[in-house]
Amino acid sequence: MKLLVVEDDRETALYLVKGLSESGYTVDRAGDGREGLFLASSGSYDAIVLDRMLPSMDGLAMLGALRAAGISTPALILSALGSVDDRVKGLRAGGDDYLVKPFAFSELLARLEALLRRGAVTAATTKLRVADLELDLLTRTVRRRDKPIEVLPREFRLLEYLMRNAGHVVTRTMLLEHVWDYHFDPQTNVIDVHVSRLRQKIDKSFDSPLLHTVRGAGYCLRAPEPSAP
Amino acid sequence: MTDDNLVLHAWGPWIVPRRVFGNARRLLRTHAFRLAALYFLVFAASVSGVLLFVYWTSADFVERQTEATLDAEITGLAEQYALRGLSGLVQIVAARSAGDRGDGMLYLVTDPSGRPLAGNIAAWPTGVPAYAGRLSFTTEARVKDRIETHPAQGASFIIPGGYRLLVGRDIADATAFRNRVKITLLWAGLVALGVGLLGGTAMSRNLLRRVELVNRTSERVMAGDLSDRVPLDGTSDEFDQLATNLNRMLDQIERLMTAMREVTDDVAHDLKTPLSRMRVRLELALLDPADSSGQTEAIRSAIDEADRLLATFNALLSIAELESGTRPDEGEALDLSEVARSAAELYEPVAEEKGIVLSLATEPGVRIRGSRHLLSQALANLLDNALKYAGGGEIQIRVLRGEGRAALEVSDRGQGIPEADRETVFNRFVRLEPSRSTPGNGLGLSLVRAVVRRHRGIVELADNRPGLRVRLEFPKLAT
Repeated sequence: MKLLVVEDDRETALYLVKGLSESGYTVDRAGDGREGLFLASSGSYDAIVLDRMLPSMDGLAMLGALRAAGISTPALILSALGSVDDRVKGLRAGGDDYLVKPFAFSELLARLEALLRRGAVTAATTKLRVADLELDLLTRTVRRRDKPIEVLPREFRLLEYLMRNAGHVVTRTMLLEHVWDYHFDPQTNVIDVHVSRLRQKIDKSFDSPLLHTVRGAGYCLRAPEPSAP
Repeated sequence: MTDDNLVLHAWGPWIVPRRVFGNARRLLRTHAFRLAALYFLVFAASVSGVLLFVYWTSADFVERQTEATLDAEITGLAEQYALRGLSGLVQIVAARSAGDRGDGMLYLVTDPSGRPLAGNIAAWPTGVPAYAGRLSFTTEARVKDRIETHPAQGASFIIPGGYRLLVGRDIADATAFRNRVKITLLWAGLVALGVGLLGGTAMSRNLLRRVELVNRTSERVMAGDLSDRVPLDGTSDEFDQLATNLNRMLDQIERLMTAMREVTDDVAHDLKTPLSRMRVRLELALLDPADSSGQTEAIRSAIDEADRLLATFNALLSIAELESGTRPDEGEALDLSEVARSAAELYEPVAEEKGIVLSLATEPGVRIRGSRHLLSQALANLLDNALKYAGGGEIQIRVLRGEGRAALEVSDRGQGIPEADRETVFNRFVRLEPSRSTPGNGLGLSLVRAVVRRHRGIVELADNRPGLRVRLEFPKLAT
């Protein structure tokens, strides 16, 4: 997977390039908007990580020019501007996700993965499956090992999001944004309790747990290791 | 500061001689002076016009009266002559000339050689032609034993047979009257113009003085004394209104400056502690390079501390942004019950885990204009607080409507907030527990208030007997 990081601050850029390379990505770096636009115009990247405030050409302008040229490489905007307005502006300009600085690296990684997967999921899917857990988007039902599981509407959406990102880490902030459409982090650990309730329903009476807590990062729904006895 | 400005300061109601020049020079430049000058010119023109008109009409009136009398006399004499011939004319002239009738009429009939036959003029005046029609001449009149030369107006005729007739009127009184009128009007004009000049000057000086008051206050404020205000003179005229508005603006600026200073102090105070804590931990870890697990722990805790600091900064920035009012109004019409329902649904499991019953009571159709994200955040902050301090029991969210108002209430059964503290808790970094053992940055309620104000609403804290009831009120949208 090939990524383009457009970031003018040297230290932040080094940190991003180092972290992303260690996570297995091939990373190119551009120091300003013009260079970023030039590199991104080749269309050879899988995703772009873009700082919003850049010299010579603002991040949003660069993204606008890129989208106008018909290049739809998924872009994640990094910005110190965190208000709802700024976020909306960023997404309108053609950004696919918006992350407010400062951020935890694990958060960036989780979001990038989700972004990269987005293109892969076919829209026509009506059923999501992870191991023996099955979620039917049409009938709005959940079954595990063919046994129906009662879930509340919000739990259904939570599970759907986790299953669409199966095998990958999903952060609490991502859940708040996509399941509740809340763009701030409450002080109380509200998400943890929702997840543990969902876990009660889908994992409790089964020997192999699917929903895991990833310490310091978030949650991950994944099939049990095939090598399990 | 130029010399001019020094002179500017010196302006006062009483002119000190050595400043006269500076004042005069400055006066010529001022708008007030130009106004006064214009006013004076218009005033002078109209006063002169009116006086000229009065003079002209009164002088003309006297002249026309003389003319009319002369005409009547001539017509009368002509009729007598036509009826009774020359002797009749001589007779009537003699009769009319007898005695002083006080009307100043002059008559003279002479034979062709110029010898007087009748009349009250001694001789045909020199330089008056025998037949001249209308003419002016001088006559000698006896006034209290003195002979004076008086101007007169009249007409002369030649009667068939070479006889001559002179009819006239002594116009000395009329001329004197006209002169008196002229002098009176001249004086009246001078007085009026003098008053106008004084009035204009006084007006311009009054204007200048009041502008000067504003200027002086602005200069003192610019020099750093933010507490200075423009004095009012209580007339509530435009200048008072200007002064009131300026003072209000200064109040607002002073309030913002004070708030900013307080925030800066608070930030300095509240952020210094975690920063020094972080520094100490890192330093300790550095002391023992062999203890790699201790170092990792120190780094981890430093990251946590940094995250908390950043979260505090973000909250401060959000509040500042909301309070500065620079963001455009997000005006989406939304149902307050929806906002409450969504938050209740998010918080319900946490509450239950803590053994608290979270209940929701809504009325339909309580709609306001605003930002769902901001309102959700405010409500989430209130619920965070309620969960932290409720200590069991019940939390109730209510959405209700009042007189044109939409209200959102969060009530708990906890300790509540003493009445004395209900205003201060909205300030940044205020936390009522002295120990500060519960997590939090003391910015929650500040943000709530900023959000509510952004929506042109108010927030009230009340006693829930026991517990705290927070009530947010917004202008309601018509349904």
